[in-house]
Amino acid sequence: MVTVLLYLFGILAILSALGMVFHRNPVYSALFLVVTFFSLASIYALLGAQFLSIIQVMVYAGAIMVLFVFVIMLLNLRKEVRLPIGKPAQVIFGVIFGLLLFVEGLLIIKSGSISGTLGRYPQAKVNVIGNVEALGNLLFTKYLFPFELASIILLVGMIGAIILGRKKMPKEL
Amino acid sequence: MDLIIPQINFSAIAPALTVMITAVVVLLIGLFFQKVQRELLAIVGIIGLIVSLGELGRMWGKDITGFGGMVGNDNFTIAFQMIFIIAAFLAALLSLNRIEDEYVSYGEFYGLLLFALSGIIVMVQGLNLLIVFLGLEILSISLYILTGFRKMRADSIEAALKYFLLGAFSTGFLLYGIALIYGTTGSFSFKGISSYVNANGFTNVLFVAGIILFLVGLAFKAAFVPFHQWTPDVYQGAPTPIAAFMSVGAKGAAFAVLIRLFVSVAAFSTREWTIAIWVLALLTMTIGNVVAIVQQNIKRMLAYSSIAHAGYILVGVLAGNEMGRSAVLFYLMAYTFMNLGAFGVVSYLGISHKVENLRIESYRGIGYKYPFAALAMAVFMFSLAGVPPTAGFIGKFYLFSAALKAGFVWLVILSVLNAVISAYYYLRVVVAMYMQEPEEGKVFELPAASWGVGLALLLAVLGVLYMGIFPSSLMQLFQKTAELISML
Repeated sequence: MVTVLLYLFGILAILSALGMVFHRNPVYSALFLVVTFFSLASIYALLGAQFLSIIQVMVYAGAIMVLFVFVIMLLNLRKEVRLPIGKPAQVIFGVIFGLLLFVEGLLIIKSGSISGTLGRYPQAKVNVIGNVEALGNLLFTKYLFPFELASIILLVGMIGAIILGRKKMPKEL
Repeated sequence: MDLIIPQINFSAIAPALTVMITAVVVLLIGLFFQKVQRELLAIVGIIGLIVSLGELGRMWGKDITGFGGMVGNDNFTIAFQMIFIIAAFLAALLSLNRIEDEYVSYGEFYGLLLFALSGIIVMVQGLNLLIVFLGLEILSISLYILTGFRKMRADSIEAALKYFLLGAFSTGFLLYGIALIYGTTGSFSFKGISSYVNANGFTNVLFVAGIILFLVGLAFKAAFVPFHQWTPDVYQGAPTPIAAFMSVGAKGAAFAVLIRLFVSVAAFSTREWTIAIWVLALLTMTIGNVVAIVQQNIKRMLAYSSIAHAGYILVGVLAGNEMGRSAVLFYLMAYTFMNLGAFGVVSYLGISHKVENLRIESYRGIGYKYPFAALAMAVFMFSLAGVPPTAGFIGKFYLFSAALKAGFVWLVILSVLNAVISAYYYLRVVVAMYMQEPEEGKVFELPAASWGVGLALLLAVLGVLYMGIFPSSLMQLFQKTAELISML
């Protein structure tokens, strides 16, 4: 049952992502993106990462998508104007190598030589102590430094948004 | 459930922390004291850089680790960090140039430059792919913004957007690679990956795919061919001091991670990987050099030349021995001086009376009108081409002899041929400066140079000549670091 659902949501995620890229109307594109996010959240939930799944819905499907839709409405976008994709040579090159990559991926899956290694928190252990606790524990002990670094990234991102978004530069002093 | 907090040891991240704090201080000074001169901001930043250099000096030889083995500083890493701090120091001085007045928010400018540096430092000292990734993101995001800093200009915005889109795409590759590596090895740390490879080799296809994706992401940041397409446009559109910093910082950081990966995973010396890096090195330098010949814009020419130099450094990485590693450090140091110097002269001569002098033709005859700038440019061009007695010659000599020692005879022959090709376009600039008449009968007028640019160029010239004439002391120092390189 879980496997069937996984495939279902996987296919849904891919189809809606394609719909997002190919649809001409930005509002539809945004809605397709919501579907992608929800499918991903469902996949997380099916794999036992309930906390991630809820965060995915809250942050991406909730907050970020609302911002997207707001911006789309404020900008009053029409149907997008498509530019030609590129030189024919580029397209042929891209298609050939894309297909090659796809076939390679299929071969890897078929070869069956895929094996993973379990980390410190396999599914059984997580089910006992709970997702949030496991994540919080790791985040504030082992991964403390990466966690703090992420705040620097956010700070830099905010500075960038302000600088590039500011209408006028202050006068030269 | 008990929380076991690993040993934190702030002294392990002291240099990065100093740079980050300085960045915030500079940002706040720029915000609250709008009247403040940009010289003051640059000086505050430079003080922070000197303090963090001092901290690195204190850490020398002590192999300090922190955060439960997340970060570590062996001498090799410390040497890398010092080179990047010197690069940021020169870039900060160069951006005092009065001519490039177009970016006005100097607090943010210097703040972001320092943040970019802190990202590089974190990336270099990371013993864990997660740290490497986060450091790379801090670096990249800062550079995207700095590239678009002259936002009234179309080429700057175009460069920033191009860099951002392609950079985000390549970050996706890198992250996917890290995810696959983690999924197969169960570890983010170089140590864990190494012990996995020692036990299993490269039998797991997913693991190999992960490593390849990771290398592609790094290759993009270091602009190896065929991942180099963004470089000329971005260097052309970015403010010149930032392009200079990018050419050393972003590239060098990728090299540091690459060497760390190759040293910790000994199995990379197998035939398949060697061939891949061999081809990558040859393609990178050949295409960089050949395309540089036809460039008319000096910033684009320097961009292609920086691609070619990444190819030379890759030869040293490929050598894989201690000599190769110390040669990489030496070359990176030399490259910092000569490339930042060359970009510095370009920045100084850049814009006069709103007219850009970025074509190589516009350098005609400046040798007599601006003797000091032209002399400095000539020194940098000779060094980039690898003419003795400059640092570029000695650096190439060390790199190629390390590769010879490791048995890569054909690659060395082709690299030397490449260096010969490159002499053509470097010397073209020198010929234009000294042996050709100015285009419209007279040379353009420039306002006086600011002290910052003068000091930076002086330091760069001295660095190039010192490393070219007395290379042994520095080389001995770097050799010690290469012997000591440990996984901590």
